[in-house]
Order: sequence, then structure tokens, then C-alpha cells
Amino acid sequence: MTGSFDILIVGIGGQGTILASNILGEACLMEGRHVKGAETHGMAQRGGSVESHIRIDGLFGPLIPPGKADLLISFDLLEALRYSHYLKPNGRMVVNRRLVLPTSVFTQKLAAPSEESIITALKKWDLCLLDADKISQDAGSPLSQNVVMLGAAAQSMPLKPESLCEAVRRLVPKKTIDINVRAFEMGREFGRTC
Amino acid sequence: MDRRYLLGNEAIAHACIESGVDFVSGYPGTPSSEVIDTLRNPAERSYYLEWSVNEKVALENALAAAWCGIRALCTMKHVGLNVAADPLMTSAYTGVTGGLVIMSADDPFAHSSQNEQDTRCYAHFARVPCLDPASVQEAHDMIPVAFSISEEFGLPVIFRPTTRICHSKGDVDLGNPIKSTRKGEFHKDPKQYVVIPAHTRILHKKLNEKQPAIKKRLVELGLNRCEKKGKTAIIASGIGASYVQEIVPPDVSFMKIGAYPIDEVWLGEFVRAHEKILVIEELAPEVEEQVRQVAGCTTVFGKKNGYSPYEGELSPAAVAGIMEKAGFLAGNPFPSVEVVQNLPPRPPILCAGCLHRGAFYAIKKVFKDGIYPSDIGCYTLGLQLGVVDTTICMGASITVGSGIAHSGEPRDVICTIGDSTFLHTGIQGLINAVYNGANMTVVILDNRITAMTGHQPNPNTGVTACGVETPPLSLDALCRACGVTFVETIDPYDLTGMINVLQDAKKRNGVKVIIAKQMCVITARRTGVKRGSYTVDPETCTGCGTCVRFGCPAIEFRDEVAEINELCSGCGVCEQLCPVGAIVRGGKR
Repeated sequence: MTGSFDILIVGIGGQGTILASNILGEACLMEGRHVKGAETHGMAQRGGSVESHIRIDGLFGPLIPPGKADLLISFDLLEALRYSHYLKPNGRMVVNRRLVLPTSVFTQKLAAPSEESIITALKKWDLCLLDADKISQDAGSPLSQNVVMLGAAAQSMPLKPESLCEAVRRLVPKKTIDINVRAFEMGREFGRTC
Repeated sequence: MDRRYLLGNEAIAHACIESGVDFVSGYPGTPSSEVIDTLRNPAERSYYLEWSVNEKVALENALAAAWCGIRALCTMKHVGLNVAADPLMTSAYTGVTGGLVIMSADDPFAHSSQNEQDTRCYAHFARVPCLDPASVQEAHDMIPVAFSISEEFGLPVIFRPTTRICHSKGDVDLGNPIKSTRKGEFHKDPKQYVVIPAHTRILHKKLNEKQPAIKKRLVELGLNRCEKKGKTAIIASGIGASYVQEIVPPDVSFMKIGAYPIDEVWLGEFVRAHEKILVIEELAPEVEEQVRQVAGCTTVFGKKNGYSPYEGELSPAAVAGIMEKAGFLAGNPFPSVEVVQNLPPRPPILCAGCLHRGAFYAIKKVFKDGIYPSDIGCYTLGLQLGVVDTTICMGASITVGSGIAHSGEPRDVICTIGDSTFLHTGIQGLINAVYNGANMTVVILDNRITAMTGHQPNPNTGVTACGVETPPLSLDALCRACGVTFVETIDPYDLTGMINVLQDAKKRNGVKVIIAKQMCVITARRTGVKRGSYTVDPETCTGCGTCVRFGCPAIEFRDEVAEINELCSGCGVCEQLCPVGAIVRGGKR
């Protein structure tokens, strides 16, 4: 067994999970550490549930075994619950307090759990809930939500915040560097308190 | 040396540049598409590159380039190799002079595919070498080796990564890019390139004679390697080898298969030196069958005796489970977990404002009792709207449609096919349907791009893979040239117009073609098209649910009224279908 630190990022296709995983990978490179990952591409991306596995110091396969993730970052409440079995007991969970109901709930009248019931279920883990929509807007753009999430999770990762912040600078579109650095710092500030 | 965090396909693309590739062709298909998408990016390219119209076309182009002595890469997904199987089988006979690497990406678990076929079986069938990487770094490192093996033996080499290689990421050590100075030159040699019976019989013999040396070379190159440690051993290939390496006990021998054909003598020595052998591989029992042939008294565990599955993909926990069951691990090192049940699923869905949704709505409205053969593309998601009855392979909507129409089935047949799929292998079906007098309606969903695989251009887009403008192709003229007299082009955002033209088609006999033309909503957003958005007036909304059943992710239903969320792209179709006029442009959400 390897001593990798395993992070699962989940959300809905289009929310920017892939950029988030690239930022983590870049930060690992800067610190000279091995990193492996796997992600959803192709048809599954069209508004569907998506997952990115990142294994810091990973040497072998890219997939995190269920029950072994150290950290789960979720861009949506329902997706946090859907993938919660990946997290190890007492694992850290950083979740955007937002519930996007799948279209199937409306078209097929499927039952959906309420926000409150999801939050209660998630409290089994070391939960950090944040309003990344609001924080990203305060930072200057709702598109920086993924970076806010990374910021909020930063203290739970075995990576230096400076490396993460530098990785953000390198990977986001040039025009949005200031907004995203602000988003990272604001997320990080929030993460320290929860 | 440069180390970067790359997607498997990006690392493969980079390795092609490091190998001085001269010629690149392919057809998009998940999980293979990002190789060419990466290679078409650099502004300065020292290689020719094209998105071809289908895989057969792509492979024949690449084969010819390799006949001219230059290095060629041809990419496709596993099922694309079915389309290219005809040239593949005989290209093993003709051989090549320049290196030819055929990347055929497999998709165990069919994440984004219609089946789980195993490309290694094709390599076996065609008798060409096949490389099977276990990690992103290995995928990168195998590419230059693949080109050199191809040139050494004068054979095409199949490179077979899987989804978990193509769409995995890792820190990859890269080499330096090479600009090739090779120039293609065709040396006429009918005995090699004209496969009439008299020539092909000799070529077949030559192909068979190459095999023993290939097998030896793959071991010499370290692509197939082993380490003897105890009385039991695991033999693994592909990503399965990575999962095994993570948990293999120190006293268990390990053989890593990275290339085919496997040297039976070398394999047999290893196998018979152990009491028990466990074979770990995804999909077909390609390695296991060879192991069983040389096993002698050694006990073999694998798919054939139920220890390992024939279908799906492996995972660390699945491999641990197989090892435990076969007695290679005392317990499963991974915890058993409980998955939260009964959550509403979130499958992929047609985008808000997707042209296909309006077209499907109109088709269902006009042909209520119709039969709906469809095809491969984003619009396969029309299944959720009840307007996709069949999908089998690229181009099979029109052919399945005409087959049903000729079968005596009395209901109307309306098939749907995308522009890229129509150009891939749909045209032949249309020619055939017209020629043989089928009664059916063909709706070409024309979004001007190959959307599902990541928005690759096709001849209908008006630009090449490298961004060079091309003369636009006319789907209308093409269909008329096939002999169709009823060809109508309509914007599917215009619901009334779409319904009218479908009704018109319904009244007529023969093959009718409707081209539902509108830009892909993702491309539209990228090119800056802004249409504004719509809102529901809660006072006017009666909560009838008509718009909700339309299935657009921008439409929600709360407190007995519909609501439009921020995903709305302003296509306006819901405004047209609301029976009480409650949906309006603009307004506050």
C-alpha cells in the first residue's frame, strides 16, 4: 500500500472540477512530488455527475479506492452525499452549500433529499460547509467558485498554500489571475474557521 | 528533462512529437480524441495533421503516408477500429516502410461507448504487434518504441491505451520535441502494394514468418518482463498491472505484459516455475488463454474459472477481491463501504438550449406512434425524451430505419443522425434507402461540429483541424445528389416551422430529408452569441408541466409553478410550447 494522500473532487459537468484538479497537480510538481489522477471526460460531462481523483505522492493506479479518500471536495450537496462512501472515517469534507436538483427530479418526479437532510447525513464526517457562490461573487466572479473551494480545502492538504496559490496563477486565464488569487485567499480564510 | 502534470492523451501526443511524427490522422472518439486535439494546437507544426471523415479513411491515409517512408499516427476509439478493420487486416500483409502507429483506445465499462470490445483481439487477428500501457508515463514512453518496432519489422503497430490511461493524469517526464526532416517518397512495388491473389499469398507467408522475431524482441525491449520470487505468481497487463503492484505481497512473483504477441517459450518457463498463477487483465482473456496453453501442471486462476470478470473495468478494490478469492491475499486491504442508496441519478443530459431537444420535441409531436432509429452523438441522449428507439453503431440510424421500413412494420420511421455521423458512414445508408425505395424520414441534426467528443471540426464546419478555412460542404446538395427530392432545411428553434416541415414530410412517400440546422449551444457561447434568457411569470403559470416535460436543465418546478434557472441560453423553444404564454423573454428571475 502506498502512502498517498487521496483527494476526490466531485460536482456537476461544467463546474470546473478539471481545472481544480490541474491546479493540485501543478502544485505537486512545484513541490517535486509524484501525483496521479483520473477524471471524467466525454459524454459523461454533459451536465452529469463528474469526479476527479487526485493521489498526491501516488505511485501506482490513478483511482482512489472507496473508503480511502482523505479529503472530499464537492461543488454540490447532493454530489457530496453520492460520493461520500469514498471518504475514510473521520475524513475531511469541504462542500459548497448549494443543491442543484437533477433534471430527472422534475421530469420524472423523483424524490430528492432536502438540503437539511443531506447536511445532517454529511455531518458524519469532518464537514466544512461554505457558500462558494457568494464568496466567489465577492471575489469578483462566480466563475472562481472552483478556486474558492480549493482555498477552503487548502489547510487540509499536504501542500504549501504558496504552491497552491502559485499554481492558481499559472493555470487560470491571465485576465482572471487577480480575481482567482482573491478567491483562493478568501476560500482559505473561510476554511481556517470551519 | 521536463516534468509536467498531463492527461494521458496529452502525454501520448507529446511523445509523438518527441518521435518526430510526420503525419497524423484520425476520427474523434472518447477516450482517444485529446491526442489529435493536443497535436493540432501548436502554431508551428512540423507534421501534417487531419481529422478524417471516418476511421477507415483515416487509416488508409496514414497507411499510404507510411508506405512513403514517413512516420504516421492514426487515432480512433476501439469501435472505430471496426470501421478501419478492412485496411487493418491487409496492411499487415503489405507492411509499411515508415513507422505506422494505430492508436485504438479501449473503453472498459463502456463509460462513453456502445460496447466493451478488446483491441488486443484485433492485433492477434491481424498478427500485428500491440502495446498495452499500464500508466500515463508508460504510455508516453511506449510511443517512440512503437514507431521503432513498426519500422524494424515493417508492420503497423497497434497502441491500445484504455480510458483509465487516456483520461488519467500523472507527473510525466517528457523528452525533447523533434522536427522531422523526412520527406515522403513512394517507391512503386506492385508485389507489395497490389494485393492480387498471387501477391497476397506470398505476403501472408512473410507476415507469419515475422512473428517469432517480434515475440523475442518485445521481451528484449523489456515490454514484457518478470521477476521470480516465490511459488505463486501474478501475470498482469494494462492498468490492472498498476493495481496489482500497489498491493502485491513481497513473496509473490510478478510478470508484467505490456506487449503482444507474447513469447510462448519465455512465458512457459515462467508459468511452469510456479505452482499457482493468477492472471489479471481487463476485458478479453487474451493473456490468460496463452498462459493456459503453456501451463502444464500449474494451476491458473482467471476469467475462465470465474475468478475475474470478462466485462467492466478493474479497480484497486476489484483486483484485491480477485487476489483474495484466488488465495493470493490473506484479506482485502480495502474497507467495505456502504453506498448511499436512492439518490436521484444525475446522468448526462442535453444542454439547456441544445438544438436537438427542439427537434426531438417536434418529431414526437408529429410522429406520435413513430419508430425512432438514432445514431451515435450527443443526440443519443434523446433516449431520455423517448425519441431514440435504436442505436447500434456510427451511421446505423438510416440503415436500421430503412430495414424497419422494408420489414412490413406499418408505423412511420423517423431517424435522427448528426452531421458528423452522417458524413462518417451515414451517406451510404441514405444512397441505399433511396435506391431501394424505402419510406422514411431522415432528420439530420446539423450543429456544424462533432460536439460530443469535444467540438472537433468536420467537413461541414468549414475549417480543418488546423483551422484552415475550407469550401463549405452542402448537406442539401449532397442529399439531393443521392436522389432525395424532399430536402428541407429548418431551424429547430422555430418550433412551428419544424413541426410544419415534419408534417409535410409525413404526407409524402419515399425518403424525405430534413436538415435541422442550428449551432451547437456550447460553440455558440464560445463564439459570443448572446440571446438573453427567459423567465416564467408565476401569476400566469398554471403548473401544467408542459415545459418541465420538455426536459431542459434550465427548467425547474417548485411550489406548483415552473421556474427558469441561470442555465437558460435563450433558445426560446419553451416560450413557444407554453400553452398559457407564461414564459417570457427577459424579466427578473
